[in-house]
Amino acid sequence: MQIQQAPQPAGAVAVVLMPEPKTPFYSRFLRIPFAIWRAMTISRKVAVGSAIVGFFILVGIFGPIIVRTDPNATSNLFIAPPSPAHWLGTTVVGEDIFSQLVYGTRTSVFWGLGTGVLVTIVSVIVGLVGGYFGGWVDDVLTLLTNVSLVLPALPLAIVLAAYFPRGPLTISLVIVVTNWAWQARVLRSQTLSMRSREFVTAARATGESTWRIIFFEIFPNEIGLVVAGFVSTTIYVVLTWAALEFLGLGDGSIPSWGGMLYWAQQAGALGGGLWWWFIPPGACIALLGAGLSLINFGIDEIADPRLRVERPRKLTKAMKKAVA
Amino acid sequence: MKQLDSTITPIDSDSSSQPILEAEHLRKHFPLRNANPFGQKKFVHAVEDASIALYPGRATALVGESGSGKTTVARMLAGLYAPTSGTIRFRGQPVRLLDRAVLSKYRRHVQLILQDPFSSLNPVHDVRYHLARPLRIHRHVRNKAEETEQILSLLNRVNLSPAEQFIQKYPHQLSGGQRQRISIARALAVQPQVLLADEPVSMLDVSIRLDVLNLLLRLKEEEHLALLFITHDIASARYFAEDTFVMYAGQMVEGGPSDEVIQRPKHPYTQLLISAAPDPERFSAEGSKTSLTARGEIPSLINPPTGCRFHPRCPHAMPVCSERFPKRTDLGGGRWTHCFLYGNGDDKTEKTDTKS
Amino acid sequence: MVTQDNILLEVKNLNVDYLASNGTVHAVTDVSFTLRRGEILGLAGESGSGKSTLAYAITRLLRPPAQITSGEILYYPRAARNQDDSRVTVTNLPKNGRRGFRRGKGQVREDEVIDILQLSSAQLRAIRWNDLAIVFQSAMNALNPVMTVGAQIMDVLRTHRPDMGADSRKQRALELLQLVGIAPDRLRSYPHELSGGMRQRAIIAIALALSPEILIMDEPTTALDVVVQREILTEIMRLREKLGFSVIFITHDLSLLLELADHVAIMYAGRIVEKATQRDLYLHPRHPYSYGLLHSFPTLHGPREKMSGIPGSPPDLRNVPSGCAFHPRCPCAFDVCPKVLPVLQPALATNPEQVVACHLYDPRYHAEPPTTEDLAKAYQALAEGSTVS
Repeated sequence: MQIQQAPQPAGAVAVVLMPEPKTPFYSRFLRIPFAIWRAMTISRKVAVGSAIVGFFILVGIFGPIIVRTDPNATSNLFIAPPSPAHWLGTTVVGEDIFSQLVYGTRTSVFWGLGTGVLVTIVSVIVGLVGGYFGGWVDDVLTLLTNVSLVLPALPLAIVLAAYFPRGPLTISLVIVVTNWAWQARVLRSQTLSMRSREFVTAARATGESTWRIIFFEIFPNEIGLVVAGFVSTTIYVVLTWAALEFLGLGDGSIPSWGGMLYWAQQAGALGGGLWWWFIPPGACIALLGAGLSLINFGIDEIADPRLRVERPRKLTKAMKKAVA
Repeated sequence: MKQLDSTITPIDSDSSSQPILEAEHLRKHFPLRNANPFGQKKFVHAVEDASIALYPGRATALVGESGSGKTTVARMLAGLYAPTSGTIRFRGQPVRLLDRAVLSKYRRHVQLILQDPFSSLNPVHDVRYHLARPLRIHRHVRNKAEETEQILSLLNRVNLSPAEQFIQKYPHQLSGGQRQRISIARALAVQPQVLLADEPVSMLDVSIRLDVLNLLLRLKEEEHLALLFITHDIASARYFAEDTFVMYAGQMVEGGPSDEVIQRPKHPYTQLLISAAPDPERFSAEGSKTSLTARGEIPSLINPPTGCRFHPRCPHAMPVCSERFPKRTDLGGGRWTHCFLYGNGDDKTEKTDTKS
Repeated sequence: MVTQDNILLEVKNLNVDYLASNGTVHAVTDVSFTLRRGEILGLAGESGSGKSTLAYAITRLLRPPAQITSGEILYYPRAARNQDDSRVTVTNLPKNGRRGFRRGKGQVREDEVIDILQLSSAQLRAIRWNDLAIVFQSAMNALNPVMTVGAQIMDVLRTHRPDMGADSRKQRALELLQLVGIAPDRLRSYPHELSGGMRQRAIIAIALALSPEILIMDEPTTALDVVVQREILTEIMRLREKLGFSVIFITHDLSLLLELADHVAIMYAGRIVEKATQRDLYLHPRHPYSYGLLHSFPTLHGPREKMSGIPGSPPDLRNVPSGCAFHPRCPCAFDVCPKVLPVLQPALATNPEQVVACHLYDPRYHAEPPTTEDLAKAYQALAEGSTVS
């Protein structure tokens, strides 16, 4: 509640004692770490999910530094079960599975997150541009989006990955091409509704250019949606990546979880009961997916306050008597 | 109590002041998307033949109910919609607002204030951003220090003191009245000559409406602005503006000095509006006994009535009213109306007005 | 003379709080008023005054985190009916929903008293719509868009009056449409085919379907144009004459209330600050807020003078000022105002009907009660003394 005081006497301009202020956009970014921490701890689901994902990221960063064993080093110990020398045993050519897992974490997690970011960028651009401009631009982009949605993603990805030279970059691009459409559609409809909001009209009346309106007025309002989309996209990316690698479409020489499963499959590990070979990478994939999913559920709760679980307060006796 | 200037000179007699913004015969039809692409095109006939003139240092009110087209007229004047036909003149020169460069220059002189304080500010940007953008776009400042100085002075001008406190706030931390003041400050940052205010106080609490209206009046005096005040509340039009124009279903029906139009309304629709407005002085011991001078509802704008759109509801309707829309009849003293009761518009004979 | 017989609803010391994680917000504090049969009571207030919360509290439509923490809402129904006997009489209510009301020589009166806050949900359902109906803000958007208007009216009848056959339901629906001035052929129209005013009338028809005793209307005409608003209000008053129900009319438009209501209560920051008859309030508003509010509406006729509203803005209920909540904005505030909470008491001994919560009328703090001219002068001084606007 503001009480309006008399304005300062004419001629006296207030001395600005504030520190050199950053532009609002940057200062908003500074608040993001705090916002993220608060978001991570606000809900049990999110806290658990973030812990899992955070763990994998840390392993991805520091793991290969700590675990010095070369994952590609073959040895004479074939298909050995776990032992103090090889914590998760060895493969059919004597490579240490544990170090493969750790090095593979780096590949899977970072390529997975990176691809997720790329997919998000593409869907943001398509969704925002189509949603704001309308007209034929929107019609063309919607057509592209719908076609992309109709085509089955995984089979198409398999075909494309088989066609182009092997490697993580190929897989990444293939996943981007087959997965951008869903999020683009969501963002387009959100932008459509934002477009008729009054602050957009006001920005136009002030004389803002179209691009600034799209990316500085509308987009910041959709960041929550984009983050949620990023998380759910990354789940699919990680799983699709593992699937493509499992089918042998990845680069076999680079360690990754999916690759481990491929080699394990080739060596008949499933039938041979070599649980130490195929269970760890499978578990890691599942765990990372679960962690991301938990974060996803939590984001819904954070973004929409109505979904928050209302923990009822203890009612005093007097209140209980009169409760509606 | 300080009396408002009751000796308001009608426009005609003051030949030295030319209208700064003028619109003639504006028409706006919004196309409707047809289910059948080969069928007849349907339009929403939002505005038919609207003409308005704004003078520096004068406030003009545009009064009407929903569907009257008043907001559409304002947005056409602000360059947000392109008129289907008609001309807009700024300082006597016609402006082609479809041309980007022309529009951008035009926006330096004509600014719009919107109705809803809760959605006309972007919730992710703080006050500094909102006020800095117009300064930057229209190149009124060259560096950060100048920008801050200007922003603080703007905040002071709209009575948001202490200004340093407000500069970092986000819209959700401000009350409705404060947000509306920020919108006004944002419009002022451009240093316009014309302010178009689209229902600026309708969504504010009653006790703070007068504050904001008085602020606009003060700015009008100090900066010699031309104000267009759009409202559905005819009593506040009387308070605020020297001239009042009344619109119905996209057509202009009456205009003139506010007091005259409201105390002695000529057009049957204006009479209806006045009879419907709440007026505590009218109550009797058994409660309100006012009766409306006409019944019916506002017509559809997709298939509007022919001729004068008020004729289905008008108690004085004549056969000619459904045939064509009456041209403007000058009633003297700056008043005019579009009504066959007062003439066909082609001659200046004044009929005696019907019972007001 | 107000006799006990005349009272329909009595609200006593009602308190409603919103329990939030960062503190409790007192939306309605210590509100008491009386609604008599056949009268229109107006509740005026701005945002944060608590008037909508009050409406929901009376009909017990509040949801957590809102809670009624104390108070009574006493309803005095009529025992006998001389109209069609299709109304559920009070005696159908289960026993533990009623309290005996002893008067005079120790006999139990025919009319029972019901404390609405004590009712169970089953009893509440019996009361709702039969005795107490509510029309919400923007109620015209409350119509189900995929059901015809007639179907919605008959739906209400089917729920509350299971003994009615399909034919009599249709008959009643037609009656109701005619009652509110909608053409009978609109029975089969969908809501989107009706205009805003007609939809509002349809909502009123639904509210009146079971001939309630009390109709609570929360800003029913705010979203409507002024001409339609006038029509709806005329309709309500005509129906009130004909059917004899009482209305609690909630709005921020005081000038409307002064035309419509018999009694007006003005709310500020969750409390009632003045209660008066329509005439008393118009001629001599006692509370400085009432005066300011009344003079915030530009007049259609009369001299064109510069007006100033009330400085400041309505308080945030999380941060209500100490003492009298209005004191930061009040042109007449003096030393005791921030310290002591004023209670409702008659402004002048000569007119006990007009009560006001203001220290200016309390002989302990202020010697002479101010006249309306004194209030006017105080506001004038405020407007001229400030260099702003």
